[in-house]
Amino acid sequence: MTDIFIVSDNILSPLGVTTAENFSQLRLGVSGVRRHEDAAMSVEPFYAALFDREHFKQVGSGPQSSDASLDKFTKFELLLIASITDALRNSGIAAIDSKTIFILSTTKGNISLLETGANDPALADRVSLHGSARRLAEYFGFVNRPVVVSNACISGIVAMLTARRLIRSGQYEHAVVAGADMITKFILSGFQAFQAVSAGPCKPFDKTRDGINLGEGAASVILSSNAKYSSGIKLMGGSVSNDANHLSAPSRTGEELSYAITRSLEEAHLSAADIDLISAHGTATVYNDEMEARAISLAHLSSVPLNSLKGYYGHTLGAAGLIESIATLQSLREGIVLPSLGFSEMGVSGPLNICTELLSTPLKTCLKTASGFGGCNAALVLGKS
Amino acid sequence: MQSVTANCVIRDRAVLKNGETFFENKRAGLGEFLLALYQYLGLNYPRFYKMDALSKLGWLATEVLLKDSFKAEDYKPEDVGIVLANANSSFDTDIKYFETVKEIPSPSLFVYTLPSIMIGEICIRNNFKGESAFFVSQRYDADFVEQYVRGLMDENGLRACIFGWVDLLGEAGEAEIFLLEKKMGSA
Repeated sequence: MTDIFIVSDNILSPLGVTTAENFSQLRLGVSGVRRHEDAAMSVEPFYAALFDREHFKQVGSGPQSSDASLDKFTKFELLLIASITDALRNSGIAAIDSKTIFILSTTKGNISLLETGANDPALADRVSLHGSARRLAEYFGFVNRPVVVSNACISGIVAMLTARRLIRSGQYEHAVVAGADMITKFILSGFQAFQAVSAGPCKPFDKTRDGINLGEGAASVILSSNAKYSSGIKLMGGSVSNDANHLSAPSRTGEELSYAITRSLEEAHLSAADIDLISAHGTATVYNDEMEARAISLAHLSSVPLNSLKGYYGHTLGAAGLIESIATLQSLREGIVLPSLGFSEMGVSGPLNICTELLSTPLKTCLKTASGFGGCNAALVLGKS
Repeated sequence: MQSVTANCVIRDRAVLKNGETFFENKRAGLGEFLLALYQYLGLNYPRFYKMDALSKLGWLATEVLLKDSFKAEDYKPEDVGIVLANANSSFDTDIKYFETVKEIPSPSLFVYTLPSIMIGEICIRNNFKGESAFFVSQRYDADFVEQYVRGLMDENGLRACIFGWVDLLGEAGEAEIFLLEKKMGSA
């Protein structure tokens, strides 16, 4: 059995530009979600975790500020460049190594160009996800053709599992997995049309939850089969399933997410009793959180401390699985369980052990879950090595 | 023992099943062609009319692929997976959805602004609940997809998997999909 180690990671969000910066904000209970009034985005005010313009000045004038080649990149791609650069720094892994594969996770990439650009063939190419991946690969010097995962809101987890599988198959030794999405009018209008956006800060699993907040962010994680690069955490297993029920409403029973969780534990050679922490998807829609609660109960994990990080980051779409997995592996490293921000009264058919205050406790293994449009579910297990 | 037990190609307004012409309507527009294929299959599946063009294409290709080639009763829902790829993601529907944003954003179009929704449609039709993934690449990378799928069969509990390429933009639509099955020793 080939073990897959976490080498290094980065979260680039409105809360900070490194994993450490992000985690110190999370420990203080700081949320990136704020009220926004922006007529270009929405006629009504909305709550979301967005980068401010100042941030993009910083990203655009970062370490490579003298590098004119950055001019050709969009904000979406610049976020990824900054995130990947930080993850590669001091990792010991070289982008140009022929044993390294680059995997990009995103739902909508450069879709904002549809809002401003003329609809012609050049636009289709500029918006294409493989085009963004190719430009990023060229920038960093990745020699292998990049892989793009676009699998709705489970994209980040599918990208990490794809990395694990490609490395275990022997095709590569290292993988640089990066994900990002920008919140544009395209995306916000769609979730608003679904009546899925909360009128205030989101409240995962709470009795009064009424929808999501959207969030912007990028994240990167580098994986390797070579133990000498390990940061002390392993990606132990993971699985994907489909509800086969409805495109936009999750399973009524949670059976299918539960199946993905059970298979993930089997792959990790663990039982439910071994899991110390669950980082749930917890979008704060009525149906997602109820489905997740049922799945977690079916998987015999009801008593395990659980949080959703959506209260801090909002739903970061193609980056969500990565941002939340990285925050959770930082929890493992530091022995800190973060409270589930926005939760006060149980609003799902429990029981669930939802964390309401910061706990310092030794942690060995954790489970990350996600679900998305199209009835897709995913789970992965991280553990100390 | 894993083997490809069926394939379906839809290209240039013609459908080939296992290399033989199944249906063609050379002079039709893409939307007309997809509807004609649906009618030719003699199905009664009202969901079809709600789908975007990409989902219709992938869904119809799967109907042809599985017809007379797949015994659903041989498998549990979790045994069957789907791995698809394309170049244009959901861009065809992205454009149509964004047109509605100028008036009233359409939730029924927005849900199709993800290419993996096509996998959801195929899963709903066939009650497939196993592993799935959607990849985007400029051209079909058969080696990558096939190796990925064979890995899912070896290590992730799949006993059958539909995989391949389903791409659509404007009037151009193309599908090339395969059925891979793990056969137990047969008589």
